Amino acid sequence: MSQPLTGPELAGSCPIPKSRYPEITMGHGAGGQLMEDLIHRIIVPTFDNDILAALEDQATLSLPQSDSRLAFTTDSYVVQPLFFPGGDIGKLAVHGTVNDLAVGGARPLALSAGLILEEGLPIETLERVLRSMGEACRDADVRLVTGDTKVVERGKGDQIFINTSGVGLVAKDRTLSIASVRSGDKLIVSGTLGDHGIAILSVREGLEFETTIESDSAPLSGLTEKVLATGAPVRVMRDLTRGGLSSVLHELARSSQVGLVLEESAIPLKREVRAACEILGLDPLYVANEGKLVAAVPAESAEDVLDAMRQHPLGADAAIVGEAVADHPTMVLMRSAVGGERVVTMISGEQLPRIC
Amino acid sequence: MRYLDEYRDPVAARKLVQGIERAMTRPWTLMEICGGQTHTIVKFGIDRLLPKALELVHGPGCPVCVTSLEVIDRAHSIASRPEVIFTSFGDMLRVPGSQGDLLELKARGADVRVVYSPLDAVELAAKHPYRDIVFFAVGFETTAPANAMAVKQARRRGLDNFSILASHVLVPPAIEFLLQSPANRVDGFLGPGHVCTVMGTEEYEPLAERYGVPIEITGFEPVDMLEGILRTVEQLEAGEAKVRTPYRRVVSREGNPHARDLLAEVFDVCDRKWRGIGTIPASGYRLSESYRAFDAASRFDVETVETRESPICISGEILQGVKKPLDCPAFSTACTPQTPLGATMVSSEGACAAYYAYGRHLEAATTEVAR
Amino acid sequence: MCLGVPGKVIDTFREHDILMGKVSFDGVVKKICLDHVPEVEPGEYVLVHVGFALSRIDEQYAREVFELLDSMGEIAELKLEDPGS
Repeated sequence: MSQPLTGPELAGSCPIPKSRYPEITMGHGAGGQLMEDLIHRIIVPTFDNDILAALEDQATLSLPQSDSRLAFTTDSYVVQPLFFPGGDIGKLAVHGTVNDLAVGGARPLALSAGLILEEGLPIETLERVLRSMGEACRDADVRLVTGDTKVVERGKGDQIFINTSGVGLVAKDRTLSIASVRSGDKLIVSGTLGDHGIAILSVREGLEFETTIESDSAPLSGLTEKVLATGAPVRVMRDLTRGGLSSVLHELARSSQVGLVLEESAIPLKREVRAACEILGLDPLYVANEGKLVAAVPAESAEDVLDAMRQHPLGADAAIVGEAVADHPTMVLMRSAVGGERVVTMISGEQLPRIC
Repeated sequence: MRYLDEYRDPVAARKLVQGIERAMTRPWTLMEICGGQTHTIVKFGIDRLLPKALELVHGPGCPVCVTSLEVIDRAHSIASRPEVIFTSFGDMLRVPGSQGDLLELKARGADVRVVYSPLDAVELAAKHPYRDIVFFAVGFETTAPANAMAVKQARRRGLDNFSILASHVLVPPAIEFLLQSPANRVDGFLGPGHVCTVMGTEEYEPLAERYGVPIEITGFEPVDMLEGILRTVEQLEAGEAKVRTPYRRVVSREGNPHARDLLAEVFDVCDRKWRGIGTIPASGYRLSESYRAFDAASRFDVETVETRESPICISGEILQGVKKPLDCPAFSTACTPQTPLGATMVSSEGACAAYYAYGRHLEAATTEVAR
Repeated sequence: MCLGVPGKVIDTFREHDILMGKVSFDGVVKKICLDHVPEVEPGEYVLVHVGFALSRIDEQYAREVFELLDSMGEIAELKLEDPGS
C-alpha cells in the first residue's frame, strides 16, 4: 500500500479532493477540519505570503530601526445569546483579540472595532455591549482607538456582529512558533477546559440546563507576561477557542511534526463541565474556552512555568497535561483513565449533542 | 459523578481483565449489541487491554446508523417545507440522505433545530402555534417511551401542529437476524443494557435458548463492560447459554411497566428497513391507529418517497459482523466522518467512525508498514 | 446506543398532567420527565436518557460488582507487580 491509512490528523495527505459541502455550513466556522480546509485550500493560497501561511494567532511584521516587531491580529465575534453567564459579546471581542496578541508574546497596544448592527437593535443593548467592551479594555490595559459602524436591514444580521483588530509590540528576539515544539516538551494548560462552551450551551434553546458554570472569557496578557518573565524558553503559547484543546494540539503536532500524548486524568475539568458533557454526549477536548491557553515548554522548564501560571489568578488550575513525543508525528493520543490509549481526532465541524 | 466514576476505576478494570484472562481456555468471539458499548470499548482502549484470543465484533450499533436512507430522504422532504420547524437529536443531523444531510438543508434555509428531549419539541409546538413542528423520532426501545410521551402530550395539550416522523427500531429481531446468518461467528452477546431498562430481559431468553448463545445484559462503563465480558466468557467456558443481567442496578426481568404500557398505547410493531441490511420483519414501531393523526409521513404526504441505497458501502455486512471497517475499499479514503458514505461512519459510535476516531486505522497502518 | 446518565432527583412536580422533576448531574440541573418512575423519591438516583428517567438505580445491585472484585483481590496484586505483561 503506497499510502498508509491515515487519521484526520494527517488530513493534508488524505485524498479528499474537496469538502463535500457545496455551501458554507455552521461547521465551517467551528474551528475543526471543515474550517481548516477553507483556510488551507482557499484562503492561504489566494493571498500567498509566508506571514499568513505560518498560521500563527498573530502576524508579526518588522519595523525599521526598532528592537520590536509589530504584532497584528483580527477576529470577528458572532454569538447568541449576546449576554451569557460570565460574559457577553463585547467582552469576548476585546479579550479574544488581546489574547491572540498576548500568546505571541506581544504587549497589546491598541484595538479597532467594526460594529455591524441589525436594524431594530435596541440602542440600550448596544450601549450595554459597548460599556462592557470599555471595561474589558481597561482590564486588559489596551485602548480602542479607531472604529466603524454599519447597519444592515432587519433579518440580514443577528442583532450585532463585532470585528476587532489589534496591534502590539513583540521583542525582536522572541521566537514563539507553532512549528517549534520538540519531542520531550511538556504541554501545560492554564486552567479548566470547556467553561465557555458549556456556559453558552446552558442557555441555548432546546438544550437549557441550570448550572453555575460561567464563561471563562478573560484577557490573558497578564498571565503570558508572567510566563515569559520566568525566562523559560517557551516554545509556543496558544489560546484555546473554538474546537477546544484538540484543535490547537493538532495544529502544534502538524506544524512541529511531533506526536502528542495527553493524560486524561491530568486534564483540569470543572465537575459541572464534565457532567454537562456526559449528559449531552460531548467531549470536553472539543469544547470552547475564551480565557485559557496551552503552552509547550522544554521539560526542564515545565515546573517553573507551571508555578508562574499558578501564581496568577487566571492560572490557578494550571496543569501539565501531556508531552510531545517522537513517535506518531502529527497525531494526538490520549491515555484513558483505565489505561487504554486512543487517538484524539480533529473534530470535523460542530460538536452536536448525541442520544447514543 | 456517582455511579459513573466507580465504574471507571483503573484497578477494578485491571482485576476484571485478569479475571477474563484466567477464565479463558480457548478463543471466543463476542458481540456487543450497542453502539454505546462500542464507544466505551474504543474510547477507553478496552480492547487493547483484553487477551488477543478474545475478539469483539461490533453489533448493529445505534438507531442513527441504521435509519434507512429512505426515511432520511422523507425527513429532508418534510424539513424543506417553509412552514416546518424540523427538530431532531443532534446525531441525526449529519446522516447523509440522497441529497446531503440536514446541516446542508439548514444552510439552504430549512429551519432545523437540535433538541435534547422530544418534550422540548412539544414545547416548541406550544410556542409556535402557526408553524408545524416535526420531530424526527428515531431510537431503539430506550428512546421510544420518550417519543411516545411527546405524542401523547401533544394530543393531551391539543397541539395539532406537532407530529413525528417515526423510525423506531427494535433490538431482538436484529439479533435474531444476525444469528440466522450462515456467516455468524458470534459465540456470545453483551446485551443492550439501556434497552432492557425499558423492555426487560424476558424476550432475550428464547434467543439464547434457540441459538445456544449466552447473553449478558451489560452496562456502558468500562467496569460494566469488562464484567459483562467476564460473565459471558464464564458461561461459554461452562457450556451455558443463559440470559443473565450483571447490569442489575437499572435492569429488571420485567423492565419498566409504565414505559411499556405507554409504548403499547402509542405504537404498533411493524416491519422496518435497516440501512445496509434491508427489511427485518417486525423490527420497528409505527404510530398506532389512534395516534396516526400525528404521523408526519402521512401529514406531509412523503410516503411515496422511495430510495435505493449506495452500492459501494458495506455497512450492512459490517453491521452483521461479517466484515470489519478495514475490509471496505472506501474506509478512510472516500468515506470519512466528514464525508460519510454509510450508516456505520455516521455516528461517533458507528463501527466505522469508531475505528476511524479511536485509532484502529492507526494499528492497521502500522501493520501495513511493517509488512 | 442510548446515552444514559445517572442523576439525583432533587424535587418532583406535575406539569401538563405528567410527573416531572429536577435532576442534578453533579450540580448541572435539568428538568426531567419522571412519569415512568412514579414511585421515585427526592434523593434517589435515576438513569436518564433524552430527558426521561427510565429506571431508579438500585444501590445494592450497584455494589455487587465491587463485592465480586474484592473476592478477586489477591490475583490482582500478583499481576500489578508486572505491568509489562
